[in-house]
Amino acid sequence: MSGLEDLYREIILDHYKNPRNHGTLPTPPAVMEQGYNPLCGDEVRVYLLIEDEELKDIRIEGQGCSISRSSASLMTTAVKGKPLSEVRRAVKTFKKMMALEEDSDLYGEEIIPFEPINERTVGELIALQGVVKFPVRIKCATLPWNTLVQALESAVQS
Amino acid sequence: MANELVVELPDNDKVLDAQTVKQDFPIFKEVGQDPFVYLDSAASAQRPSKVLEAMDSYYHTTHANVHRGVYRVAEQATNLYEEARSHLGRFLGAPKPELEIVFTKNATEAFNLFAHGYGRKILGPNDVVLLTKMEHHANIVPWMILREQIGFEIRFIDIDAEGQLVLDNIEQQLKGVKILGVTMASNVLGTLNPIKQLTEYAHQEGAIVIADGAQYSPHLPTNLQVLGVDAYCITGHKMLGPTGIGALWARTSILEEMYPFLGGGEMIRNVTTEGFTTNDIPHKFEAGTPPIAEAVGLSAALTYLEEIGLENIRAHELSLTSYAMEQLHERLGSEIKIFGPENPSARSGVISFELKDVHPHDVSQILDQEGVCVRAGHHCAKPLMTSLNVPATARASFYLYNTESDVDSLVSALVKTVEFFR
Repeated sequence: MSGLEDLYREIILDHYKNPRNHGTLPTPPAVMEQGYNPLCGDEVRVYLLIEDEELKDIRIEGQGCSISRSSASLMTTAVKGKPLSEVRRAVKTFKKMMALEEDSDLYGEEIIPFEPINERTVGELIALQGVVKFPVRIKCATLPWNTLVQALESAVQS
Repeated sequence: MANELVVELPDNDKVLDAQTVKQDFPIFKEVGQDPFVYLDSAASAQRPSKVLEAMDSYYHTTHANVHRGVYRVAEQATNLYEEARSHLGRFLGAPKPELEIVFTKNATEAFNLFAHGYGRKILGPNDVVLLTKMEHHANIVPWMILREQIGFEIRFIDIDAEGQLVLDNIEQQLKGVKILGVTMASNVLGTLNPIKQLTEYAHQEGAIVIADGAQYSPHLPTNLQVLGVDAYCITGHKMLGPTGIGALWARTSILEEMYPFLGGGEMIRNVTTEGFTTNDIPHKFEAGTPPIAEAVGLSAALTYLEEIGLENIRAHELSLTSYAMEQLHERLGSEIKIFGPENPSARSGVISFELKDVHPHDVSQILDQEGVCVRAGHHCAKPLMTSLNVPATARASFYLYNTESDVDSLVSALVKTVEFFR
């Protein structure tokens, strides 16, 4: 099955079968946001515990395909314990990797120049790069990230 | 409730030869993908050359707007358009197509027309609309939009573990119901519903019945007079016709009573600065230039289906469905769960399933690599997905051009999928 290896990298299948940071956090103090993909019925709930501008903890639950679930799992490992500014940067970098983000700024802050996308800059997330070749699946990969953005916004508001 | 809609099936040797039928459909040669195992006809069917040629010939030789010009070509175009209406009437067993068939964009528009034209006319805040949990969104959401304006109640007939409607207490469920909306064949489960009997019960309670024929009329012989329903929706692109044309059939008395829905040219008798009066039925509901070439294409599709014979198509699909269910169980065992009736005769040529621990989206992706096209998702039937307690299913659907070899490709690709994710 040639071509599929680009999409279903081993690391993706691993995160799909053994999702990291799976579960819930008590709200409050955590915030929770829910995301849906109307195309395939996938849903995800993202729990964030934020203290002093830092993402102390993150948990995810929901149902979805291998791409959305592994993307969620990889996302948690990439952002957990990071300052919020780095979390936001990770979101932008990920969206750039999905060919969704150019120079626009999600948060009304100054434009942060993108780093080149490679294993050094994005770590294990690079495994999701192959998704770009399957446009229908980009929505699956971005669902947890968009939900993370929503949760960050509601955390800022609360 | 026993389903009386039993179709007399032909002897085995009269059933169509799908390999030969396939030759009539240019896409199987020209799609630029080999293999091209198309198992998504429940979403949209392919079309034979004869349909494409009829539409092409219409544009090459005849086109003009209908019901307007007095010149010869305009009259020819009008005749072709009206002949398509009559043809659809013969195909559906509707005796007065010239008064009873409204061409629409698709079945969805037909449901919206009925809900907003007729529902809005007869429903009040204390009324009840009864639907089923296996309805397509097209027969749910228009009623919900209308409910926001009027405030009536919407109830749903439940389904059992085999995907059959729970009709034990149907008389009770129909109490106070003004409109019953029910699908002839579920687009997800394939379940064939006992519409004739349901309609008899509904009529005893004074309810009007609208049936969704989108997944039925392309595959089984339809006779609206036998069915007894009051309104019926179909769409052209699922029955070998072009996209952009569907129809609402309804009794004359209902169409007479209905509010106009879309306003514009053709649907009026007169317009002044003070107001308007409406045209006669069915033109009252066909505002603007209608899908003329599409009507010509639909008529050609109906001719093609009639030449092959709906009984033959049903027999072929039944045998394919039986073969597929048998093969899926045999080669995938406990790895697969098939939704809907176990008995293939109780379903249309639609098989929804899930693989253990593999999301339908991933199933569909891996099948695509093998050239097998199936649908993955909620199939515009989210209440049904909730009933089945799944976020989505994968669905393979068959039509007259599918072969046992297509089924074999599906089954082999699913075996590979299971191995890939193991």
